[in-house]
Amino acid sequence: MVQHENIFHPMEVFLRKSRIPHIWCSGCGNGIILHSFTEAVKELEMDLDKIVVVSGIGCIGRVAGYVNMDSFHTTHGRAIAFATGVKLANPELTVVVISGDGDLFAIGGNHFIHAARRNIDIKVICANNFNYGMTGGQQGPTTPLEAYTTTSPYGNIEHPFNLVHLAAASGATYVARWTTIHVRRLTASIQKMLQKRGFGFIEVISPCPEIYGRRNKMRTGLEMMNWLKKVSTIKNFSDPAKAEVSREKIVIGEFVDTEKPTFETILYETIRWVQEKAEQGE
Amino acid sequence: MPVRIWRKPLDLEKAKPPKGEIHIIKDRCKGCGYCIEYCPRKVLEESEEINKRGVHPPQVADESKCVVCSFCTAVCPDFAIFVTEKPCEGGC
Amino acid sequence: MTKNRAVLTGEHFLSGDLACAEGALAAGCRFFAGYPITPATEIAERMALRLPEVGGIYIQMEDELASMAAIIGASYAGLKSMTATSGPGFSLMQENIGLAAMTEAPCVVVNVMRGGPSTGQPTKPGQQDVMQAKWGSHGDYEIIALSPNSVQEAFNLTIEAFNLSEAYRVPVFLLMDESVAHMWEKVVIPRAEDIKLVNRKKPSVPPGEYAPFRPEGDDLVPPMACFGEGYHFHATGLTHDELGNPKTDSPETQFNLVSRLCEKIRRNVDKITKTEKVMLDDAEVAVIAYGVVSRSALSAVKKAREKGIKAGLLRLITLWPFPERHIAEFADRAKRIVVPELNYGQIVREVERVAKNASIKFLPKLGEDLHTPSEILKALEEIE
Repeated sequence: MVQHENIFHPMEVFLRKSRIPHIWCSGCGNGIILHSFTEAVKELEMDLDKIVVVSGIGCIGRVAGYVNMDSFHTTHGRAIAFATGVKLANPELTVVVISGDGDLFAIGGNHFIHAARRNIDIKVICANNFNYGMTGGQQGPTTPLEAYTTTSPYGNIEHPFNLVHLAAASGATYVARWTTIHVRRLTASIQKMLQKRGFGFIEVISPCPEIYGRRNKMRTGLEMMNWLKKVSTIKNFSDPAKAEVSREKIVIGEFVDTEKPTFETILYETIRWVQEKAEQGE
Repeated sequence: MPVRIWRKPLDLEKAKPPKGEIHIIKDRCKGCGYCIEYCPRKVLEESEEINKRGVHPPQVADESKCVVCSFCTAVCPDFAIFVTEKPCEGGC
Repeated sequence: MTKNRAVLTGEHFLSGDLACAEGALAAGCRFFAGYPITPATEIAERMALRLPEVGGIYIQMEDELASMAAIIGASYAGLKSMTATSGPGFSLMQENIGLAAMTEAPCVVVNVMRGGPSTGQPTKPGQQDVMQAKWGSHGDYEIIALSPNSVQEAFNLTIEAFNLSEAYRVPVFLLMDESVAHMWEKVVIPRAEDIKLVNRKKPSVPPGEYAPFRPEGDDLVPPMACFGEGYHFHATGLTHDELGNPKTDSPETQFNLVSRLCEKIRRNVDKITKTEKVMLDDAEVAVIAYGVVSRSALSAVKKAREKGIKAGLLRLITLWPFPERHIAEFADRAKRIVVPELNYGQIVREVERVAKNASIKFLPKLGEDLHTPSEILKALEEIE
């Protein structure tokens, strides 16, 4: 073992060092997602000048401030709409939205399904920790039935979304679900998504031990991670509609990996022939 | 499925697993315990000392067992630990 | 030489909405994200038709919230961007207007005002969103709002709106009432080289030294790098320091940021505000009006002069920041002011605030019931 005063972690090149250590709790999955993402960027040797990270509001929303890339922290739920503007204005940029389950699917739900429908070439990574962590642990659209949160003190009475089913049904061309214990596969999946064109979506089931876990009999990060390890089962390209997320079972894997013309492709093709026609008319 | 070696590869002696050197940024650690728990070779353990955050960072129990799988590096949420490969000695 | 398709030089017969769209294209707008809403839909339709011709991007977003978010994104990626809406959509955009103000994103929002509140009268003119333009989003910030009263002005002021938004890194509103938006008049579009355009200040330092929210110069406006230029900067809606990093626990940071966002407009109010003064030099009674109402007011003032009344008109072209000095200049002489508006009392409050010693008569009108020149003339005659 080596002990130094000022050790340089190899991933720091991708981070804003002055902002580290980050604000996330001990055991929070957000740090793992950040590491996985930067690892994927490193493996692909991507040009850091051409990546834009857009985040929404929530604990995971802080991720934009930690990466050493152009980044923007938007208003609640609007990260995807903002990212759409960025990508269309400069298609050379790789635009990655990293946000939370509430931000992307409650307030931001409408923007998600339309961006997926249009097949806008942006990548969305969702940190799904089953609640609104930043504000203290309220229920959200992915909170499991009967789970305890501060606004469902008698047990959640709502059915949660099946995010991969929603994404697939909306038209996303890459859909996957992983957990923060499956870091290697998550990194590989992010790499694959970054190299693909079209709307890509990865749901990452992430522990929130301090807030969600504490109220649901998993008080520590280790308990949550061990639970994820135990109940996850990999079923690549199984039917996303049947990919359940429950206390007993979490179906993970890649669900959709297809090709479809992106919004940008059709848009630029249209612009091209309109301009040609205009030129001929002149 | 565990790999069962049916036949001995001819260069088995030459194939040496890499040896790891573990770097721990003690004051960044928040004590989640993931690196210790999920190391497949049980290379790490919780130390007695308390860092600036009031938690016990990991310490190396047996560095010789480390084969640079780097899972600790990947699963640490805080960028507090990473592994480098020791240059191999004795010609390999 | 390829024809400049963005600037349709020549004489045209257009509606206010169409002239506004053409003004945007002439100003260099190459991104439009919007949502259909009466009476602004024609702007979106014209942009959808014309933007591909000039290599620009049109996208119809799923709602107005997304439209506003998308134009901020496009602005940060380097394009001049715009959206167009009316009252109900304007309300939806407020949150992200706050984001544009906070992150100092240049963009233009056209609000073709109609009868409100709520769904109101979609096809009738109104001037009911004037205060909302200033105060609509939460928090302290300043914006610029312009009000055209003719189709030619709809063209000219749209270009002006883009120039102001780029110069001050602020969202600029074009508050055009439905009458102006739907009336058809002659528009003269000049040659491209005769149109003066302003672009955002770019950083003069290398990436390591760039602070995205550090002002440069007396105008308090920071130079703006865009995504993809290698600056690796961060911008957030949270209270932030000059480097763009969130800093929510410092009263000093909050004060410095909020005061600068306001002062960059307030301090430059004389450079920004424009009014049209008609026969005000010796006026003893004046009308302050804007938008389509100013046309009736002009007629009334001329009729009043014929009758021997020393009347004058101050037509507000800039509504926000409020042109206080222009009013203060004559309010002491012309101690009687008539303020006709197509609402139940908005700009009149600002006039009352500024011209404290004047006697002010407010003429509200709602629905398509535009003020007639006779009504305004009557008020001019009767005011004491």
